[in-house]
Amino acid sequence: MSLLRLDGVTVRFGTRAVLDAVDLEVAEHETVCVLGPSGSGKSTLLRVVAGLQPVDAGRVLLSGGDQTGVPTHRREVGLMFQDHQLFPQRDVGGNVAFGLRMRGTGRAETERRVTELLDLVGLPGAQRRSVAALSGGEQQRVALARALAPRPRLLMLDEPLGQLDRSLRERLVVELRELFGRLGTTVLAVTHDQGEAFALADRVVVMRDGRIAQVGTPLEVWQRPASEFVARFLGFDNVVPATVAGERADTAWGEVPVPPDTPEGECKLLVRPGGVRLVPVAEGLACEVTGRTFRGDHVLVLLRPADGPELEASCGLRAAPEPGERVGVAFDAHDVVALRD
Amino acid sequence: MVLDRPEVTVSEKPPRAPLSGSRKPRRTMRPTAVRLGLMAVPLAFFGVFFAYPVAAIVSRGLREDGRWQLGRIGDVLGDPATLHVLWFTTWQALASTALTLALALPGAYVFARFDFPGKRLLRAVVTVPFVLPTVVVGAAFLALVGRGGLLDELWGVRLDTTVWAILLAHVFFNYAVVVRTVGGLWAQLDPRQEEAARVLGAGRFAAWRRVTLPALAPAVAAAALMVFLFTFTSFGVVQILGGPRYSTLEVEIYQQTAQLLDLPTAAVLTLVQFVAVAVLLVVHGRTVRRRESALRLVDAARTARRPRGAAQWTLLGSVLAVVALLVLLPLAVLVLRSFDGPDGYGLAFYRALASAGDNGGTFVVAPLEAIGNSLGYALAATGIAVVVGGLAAAALTRRGSRLTRGFDALLMLPLGTSAVTVGFGFLITLDEPPLDLRTSWILVPLAQALVGVPFVVRTMLPVLRAVDARLREAAAVLGASPLRAWREVDLPMVARALGIAAGFAFAVSLGEFGATVFIARPDSPTLPVAVARLLGRPGELNYGQAMALSTILMLVCAAALLVLERVRTDRSGEF
Repeated sequence: MSLLRLDGVTVRFGTRAVLDAVDLEVAEHETVCVLGPSGSGKSTLLRVVAGLQPVDAGRVLLSGGDQTGVPTHRREVGLMFQDHQLFPQRDVGGNVAFGLRMRGTGRAETERRVTELLDLVGLPGAQRRSVAALSGGEQQRVALARALAPRPRLLMLDEPLGQLDRSLRERLVVELRELFGRLGTTVLAVTHDQGEAFALADRVVVMRDGRIAQVGTPLEVWQRPASEFVARFLGFDNVVPATVAGERADTAWGEVPVPPDTPEGECKLLVRPGGVRLVPVAEGLACEVTGRTFRGDHVLVLLRPADGPELEASCGLRAAPEPGERVGVAFDAHDVVALRD
Repeated sequence: MVLDRPEVTVSEKPPRAPLSGSRKPRRTMRPTAVRLGLMAVPLAFFGVFFAYPVAAIVSRGLREDGRWQLGRIGDVLGDPATLHVLWFTTWQALASTALTLALALPGAYVFARFDFPGKRLLRAVVTVPFVLPTVVVGAAFLALVGRGGLLDELWGVRLDTTVWAILLAHVFFNYAVVVRTVGGLWAQLDPRQEEAARVLGAGRFAAWRRVTLPALAPAVAAAALMVFLFTFTSFGVVQILGGPRYSTLEVEIYQQTAQLLDLPTAAVLTLVQFVAVAVLLVVHGRTVRRRESALRLVDAARTARRPRGAAQWTLLGSVLAVVALLVLLPLAVLVLRSFDGPDGYGLAFYRALASAGDNGGTFVVAPLEAIGNSLGYALAATGIAVVVGGLAAAALTRRGSRLTRGFDALLMLPLGTSAVTVGFGFLITLDEPPLDLRTSWILVPLAQALVGVPFVVRTMLPVLRAVDARLREAAAVLGASPLRAWREVDLPMVARALGIAAGFAFAVSLGEFGATVFIARPDSPTLPVAVARLLGRPGELNYGQAMALSTILMLVCAAALLVLERVRTDRSGEF
């Protein structure tokens, strides 16, 4: 039995459906990341599960129990807010102990648990510190400890690492994943950062305008985006209308090889930048180099063909051509994906 | 409005606020039901102790033989004497407001943006006049510019026969309103907004005019309206400094009611003032709502710095000079006069306060007993005001609906309604069972609480609204029930504001004069009533005792205020 199940959950703000008949399941000990641009309804999803947002239709089930009419404070879920929402008038220890006090945990047990959690999140002995004096990363850790302290059956994270700088974020993602694995916590997180989602999640749910656009493991979603929206959201812009016939597709870029099991007929094709090879002009689609973007270990080269949308090619630092040069382009079937819509 | 209640007569049961909303909470309507429930107590309080007495006295003035004599309104309004009072009331209020703004806006800037030694103390000092009883303000200016006053003695200058005495006393009284309302916001405006305009090519003045001024304008308007309201309804100051020539509506109502016993005229004047104040409050409400629009506010402590250059030092110097001349001097003269006895400086006047006999029958009891009376009444009034105002503020926390906005405006009405009318209304309405309070001591605190409640609401509301709803949500997710979340999250954050609100309610209750003068029993006068009585008698001893008693009253108020200044936070209200 799944720990969390959403059945056709719909939330409307006025006439706009922020969540539109969303179905979702999270199994015990699983980490699920909801990924989507801002305004796609991700945060509302968490608020619905926590009982902070009433639903217009549908049900929320926790451990099989219908949560309709169960107020927030009886749902035994944890929620880490986007901007932490630490209680400013309490010190670090008081914040972490809050959930335990609400459950009537004894003083000695509370103290033991607070100590344990602060050790766990890497802030040992911080009980008496004021939350105002903490750095962003430290507040993050206190918020996490506070959410974990009452042992919620489901831990929800709203943009857990959104406000932190990049290096800290990358380190914390690894720490969090390791921590959740060790504790066996069931986690539902939302983020707009694909890197964060792929690094943290067992399963990724991509949302668009209140609906679920795709569900899958990070690898599945990355390798086979289901739609042009998902592809573009993941940062892939080489999308072109195509007509598939056998292992070839006819496009504005000329003929593109496709993987063997591609369905026949009209569709859109995605070519990942890694599958765009630069060749001498005579041997492929003739393009002009219009720009270059440095990406650390590779360079993204922007190409304008005579016909069809612009292309991006990933290539090595030394092999990258200068803007203005004319190059030829060939495609690898491995990196070509047929999109459903 | 409250006055359209022709069926209300003295013998009827007082109107009760509707309670049905809190009795039948429907599931989907729960927040509204809770809000109505919270409103019930304040509504009942205002219905019984404000609307009912005021309506009763107006109807008594305008009804005869069971019929409305509406022709009287025309008669009174057509009377040149009435028009003269109305004209004077309006123009002195306008002049006072303009003068207050001109003198206090530079002060607001200096207190907001400059750091200088003694700033906190000085801010407390300029606030002292605002909580001072108007009677004391009048007495202080009398000692400064009146017959035998300081200016008279030094240069033979007397202003108490001119309107200047009234205007200056009004500035003295309202200086703090502008400094606190405008300066409070100014201090929190992000200076980087102006810097952004400068970077985009605006000159220093253009940046101020296009960025800071628009952000500040609603606060200036709100402060100006507040000052206009206070001066339009001015009673104690004009009563003492106006002499026979100048009287405001409020003073006229008092004279018509208490001395000429012309209730119809008083009723019409009350209505006129009521309408004017209602219009002002609607305008004020709109202005304040606009002020709450999205402004980038920062910690006030970060925006102030030490003055730099000759121009800024000159500005600081002139503001300090204005404060010294206008605020400190009258207070100092008042204190000085209280020691200036017939046999040289000494405590003669203070000693005289201790006995009833020396006053030629002015008092049944020793004036000093007024201190105990005042403190007792003010404490009780504070208790009532905190409960009623606290509930009202809680009901108003979630902004928005028309209902709450109307309720908000209703709570402010007592500030502008003739206190004399309220006091007299108490006498004629609360004298029969089930509300026979005529002989009860509670009558005075009830009347005083009416003026205390608006201060409590204004102080509590911004703090309650500033509590982030998501903190409550965070508490709920961690297992706190709504009540528990309120206790754990809201209460600790508003506790300080509650203390400040109580302090303000205490100070204004202590100084309340217009209503108290009617209902305080002769054997238990309050401090302001005793001061007014002493000032109303001839003779140096009475005058000296009035000064001594005013000094005591001032010290009590100042002490209350200094305690407030210690616990004050930056975002704690408009006053």
